[in-house]
Amino acid sequence: MSELAAAPARPQVSIAYQNWHRFSRNPTAVIGSVIVTVVVLTAVLAPWIAPHPDHVGSIVNFRARHLPPSAQYWFGTDNVGRDIFTRVLFGYRVSLLLAAVVLAFAVPLGAALGLIAGYFGGWAEIVIMRLTDIALAIPPLVMALAVTAVLTPNLTHAMLAIAALWWTWHTRLIFSITRTLRAQEFVEAAEILGASRFHILFRELLPNCASAILVKTSLDFGFVILIGAALSYLGLGVQPPTPDLGTMVASGADFLPDRWWESMLPGAAILFVALGFNLLGDGLRDLYDVESVR
Amino acid sequence: MSEPLLEVIGLGKTFAVRGGLLGTVRGEVKAVGDVSFSLSKGEAFGLAGESGSGKSTIARMIVGLTAPSAGAILFEGSDLASPQGVASRRAIQMVFQNPGSSLNPRRSIGQSIAVPLEARKLGRAHIERRVARLLDLVQLPADFRVRYPYELSGGQKQRAAIARALAAEPKLLVLDEPTSALDVSVQAKIIELLIELGRSLGLTYVFISHDLSLMRNFVSRVGVLYLGRLIEVGSVARIFDAPAHPYTRSLIASVPVISDAEQAMKPKEPILEGEVPSPANLPKGCAFHTRCPYAFALCAEIFPDAVALDVDHFARCHLLAPGESRLRDTAAVRAPGA
Amino acid sequence: MSAEPLLSVRSLSVDFSTYGRVSHVLRDVSLDVPARRHVALVGESGCGKSVTMKAIMGILAQPPARIVGGEIRFDGRDLLQVRGGEWDAWRGTAMSMVFQDPMTSLNPVFTIGDQMETILKYADRRLGRRRDRRGRLDRVYEVLAQVRMPDPERIAKSYPIMLSGGMRQRVLIAMALLTEPRLLIADEPGTALDVTTQAQILKLLRDLVEERGLALLMITHNLGLVREAADFVYVMYAGAVVERGPAVEIFARPSHPYTRALFDCVPKLSGETTFKGIDGSLPDYGAPPPGCRFAPRCPLAVAMCNRSPDERPVGPNHSAACWRLEEAVA
Repeated sequence: MSELAAAPARPQVSIAYQNWHRFSRNPTAVIGSVIVTVVVLTAVLAPWIAPHPDHVGSIVNFRARHLPPSAQYWFGTDNVGRDIFTRVLFGYRVSLLLAAVVLAFAVPLGAALGLIAGYFGGWAEIVIMRLTDIALAIPPLVMALAVTAVLTPNLTHAMLAIAALWWTWHTRLIFSITRTLRAQEFVEAAEILGASRFHILFRELLPNCASAILVKTSLDFGFVILIGAALSYLGLGVQPPTPDLGTMVASGADFLPDRWWESMLPGAAILFVALGFNLLGDGLRDLYDVESVR
Repeated sequence: MSEPLLEVIGLGKTFAVRGGLLGTVRGEVKAVGDVSFSLSKGEAFGLAGESGSGKSTIARMIVGLTAPSAGAILFEGSDLASPQGVASRRAIQMVFQNPGSSLNPRRSIGQSIAVPLEARKLGRAHIERRVARLLDLVQLPADFRVRYPYELSGGQKQRAAIARALAAEPKLLVLDEPTSALDVSVQAKIIELLIELGRSLGLTYVFISHDLSLMRNFVSRVGVLYLGRLIEVGSVARIFDAPAHPYTRSLIASVPVISDAEQAMKPKEPILEGEVPSPANLPKGCAFHTRCPYAFALCAEIFPDAVALDVDHFARCHLLAPGESRLRDTAAVRAPGA
Repeated sequence: MSAEPLLSVRSLSVDFSTYGRVSHVLRDVSLDVPARRHVALVGESGCGKSVTMKAIMGILAQPPARIVGGEIRFDGRDLLQVRGGEWDAWRGTAMSMVFQDPMTSLNPVFTIGDQMETILKYADRRLGRRRDRRGRLDRVYEVLAQVRMPDPERIAKSYPIMLSGGMRQRVLIAMALLTEPRLLIADEPGTALDVTTQAQILKLLRDLVEERGLALLMITHNLGLVREAADFVYVMYAGAVVERGPAVEIFARPSHPYTRALFDCVPKLSGETTFKGIDGSLPDYGAPPPGCRFAPRCPLAVAMCNRSPDERPVGPNHSAACWRLEEAVA
C-alpha cells in the first residue's frame, strides 16, 4: 500500500469516507454508537416519551404496588406503585449529567496538565506526574465514600469527589503522547518559527491528542456512570425521590428474588449504558488505532 | 568579501550519557568539537558527512534547538546566546529532512504556513494575503491552503515546509537533508526551487547532506565533517577537483555515479575498510587514523592543525603541507615541537 | 546458460482494490533473472517495484491485491500454479530475501546466532532435513564467514545492538544465505548505510554472485548503485517496464524518454546538473493512460502514444517500450 500512498495530489477517497467505511464495518463501534444514541435520546426526551411522567416525584400509588412487567408498566412497578420504566428513563438523565459534569471538569484539566508535563519536562514533569501518581493510588470509589461521608451525601458532592481524582487518567495518557510528540519535527519547527508556548501546547500538540482523548472519554462515561450508580446504591449519591438507577437497584434489592424486576431491570439499564459507552470507545480506538488508551 | 552573515567559532557539543536507576552521568559523547566556519551573505555553504559526523547537531545549534557546550555562533556580528542574538533568531530558519513529520498532520497547510505570521501578531486579512503569496512563491496551487499534509505528495509537503520557513522572512536558511526522503525527479524540482529562491530573495543557505554529488551542484563552499570535526573546508572546485584529506578523497571515491565521465574524475582511492567508529569512544589523535590507509604513529597521538593549502582551502592532516594539495611522505613530517 | 533463466516473470499484471476502487498497478511486467547474474529493477517510489518483488516472493497480500495475469516461472515451474504449501517450501529456501532496514529487521532481544539458528530450524523442518543444534550452528558460522565477518562465533553471540549498521546488513545477507538459496532478492540493499560502508556491501553482493553462482535481483531507486553493481537493468515507470538492457548499455545509451529524464535528474559529481526534474506526477492507477503510461508527462508524446508501445530494440539485448525512440535518442 505504500506504493499507492505516494500517489499525487488528493487521494480520490477522502479520509472522512475511509473512516466512515471502517467505522460502519466495525460491529463493536456500530452497536456501541446505537446504544449510546438511544440512551442519550431517551434521557433528553424523557419528559415527553415516558409513559408515566408524574411517577418521577414522590407520588404514592398503593393500588399498583409491586406489579410485574406488563403492557401498561413495561418494567413493572416499585414498592410505592411507580412505573420503573419511567424512572429508568429519568435515571439516565441523572447518570449522564453526573458523567458529563465530572468529565467536563476532569478531561480539560487532565489534558492541560498532561500537555504541560509532557512538553516542558523538568520540574513541571516531576511535580505534575508525582502528584498524578499519588492521586492514582486512591481508588475513586473510596475517595467518593470519604467525601460524601464527611460532607452531606448528595449528587454535587459525589461529582466533586469523582472529578477530584478522575483527571489523573487523562494526565497520564496525554503526558505519554505529548512526550513522544515533543521530539517530532513539527514541534521543533514551530519553536524555530517563534510560536508561543500557548500555540505549541494547544494548537500543535493538543489536536494530535484529540483522538486519544475522545476514545478515553467515551470509555470514561461508562466507568463514571458505574461509580455514580455504586455511590447511589450505597445511599451516598443521589437522594430520593430523584430517580436514580443505583438507588432503584438498592431499594428493589429488598424484594429479591420474588419481585426481581424492581432491582434487576434498573441494573440491566446500568449495564446497557455502560456497555454502550465501552463498545463505542473500543470501536473508536480501533478506528483511530490509539494503542496507549487502556 | 563582505562582512560574514554567520560565524561559527570553535563550536562544540558534548552530550552526557546517563544510565542506571538514578540517571547518573556515565560518560559523554563528543558529538561536535572545535568547528569553525563563516558564511557571507548570499552564499550557500555545504556541510558534508556520514552518520555520526555531527552535521545535524551543528544545524540544530545554529537554529537554537540545541545549546552549544563550547564556542559561539555569531549572526550579523552578535552572539546568538546574547539577548540581542536571541531576538534575531527568527531570521534563521530550518527546512527539515522529512516533510512527513515536519508538518503537523492535524493542521492545514495554510495554518502551518501561518504559524510565524501569527507569532508576529499580524491581522487575519494580512496573514491570508501572505499565505497566498508564499504558496505562489513555492509554486503550489492556492487551494492547498485548506488541504492537509496527508493529501500532499512528498515534494508538495517539502514545498509547503519551505513556504512556512520563508514566512518568517529569514536571512539564513538551514537545509537539513531537505531532499533525502524524496525521489530524484522530485529532488531536482525542489533543488531548482531552492536555487531560484536563493537568487530572488537573496537567501543564505547552510546545506547539510551526505550526498556529495548533490552538494557539488548546489553550494559554493563545502566543509567535510568526520566524527564531529571539520577535517577539510574549501570551495567546491577545490574540494571536488583537488580533494586533499585522505577521508575526503575516499568519500568522493565511494560516491556511486551514473556515467564514465564522473567515474573518471573520482580520486583513485581504495574502498575504505571498516566503518565510522561510534562518537561515544572517539579514537585519540586524528579520529580517522583507524581507517586511514596513510596513518602513521603521529596520527594516533595528535589531532592535526588546519593547514592552508590554498586561498580558502584548509585541511587537517599531518601529511599535508601549506600550499600543497598532495600528501607528503611520512618521513617529511616532524612532530610539533620536534 | 540453460534455455530458461532461473527466474522468469512473464506479463505479470496486478490489480488492487481498495474501497471499491480498482487500481491497475502492474501491467505486463516481464523480467528474467538468470543464475550468476546481478539484475536490478530500478524505479522511483510508486512505480510498482515493491509490488513486483512481493509477487515474486509470494507475500503480496491478496486482497487487496489480485494477480490478474501472467506467470512467475522459477526453475521451469509457474509459481502461480503451485499450491500454497509448495510455494512456502520454495520461499525462504530456494529463493530468499535480504531486507532493507538493518536497524529494524533484527529482533533486539535475541542473539544473532539464535535468530539465525531458528530460521534454519524451520527451513530444515520444511525441507524434511534432520540436523541437530550443533550442526545448525556450524552452518550459521559458515554463512557468517561467507559474508566476510571476522570471528563468526563471536558475532553469533552478539545482540543486534552491539553491531554497527554495516555489520547488521551483512547479518541480514547471511540470514538470506542460510538455506543455500539460488535466487536472492535484495530490497534497497545498502541505502540505509553510509556511502563508504555501502561500497563494501555492494562488493560483497558482487562476490556472492560470482563465486556462488547466485541469481540476484536488486530492487532499488539508487541509479548510482545500479551502475556500480548490476549486470542487467530493468527500468520501471508506473507499473510497467519501460526499458531493459545490460547496465553498460543503459548507462551509455539511455533511450526511453523516462529513463533519459530520470538520468538527467540525478546530480552529477561533475557539477553539471540542470535541475529540471520531470513535470507532472504519476498517473492515477485507477484510470491509467490507455497506451504508454509516461505519455502524459512526456515532451515527445504524440497521438500514437495512446496505444501500448511495443518493445523496440535499441542495441544488443537492449530495448525500450516507446513509439518515439528515434526522436528520444536524437
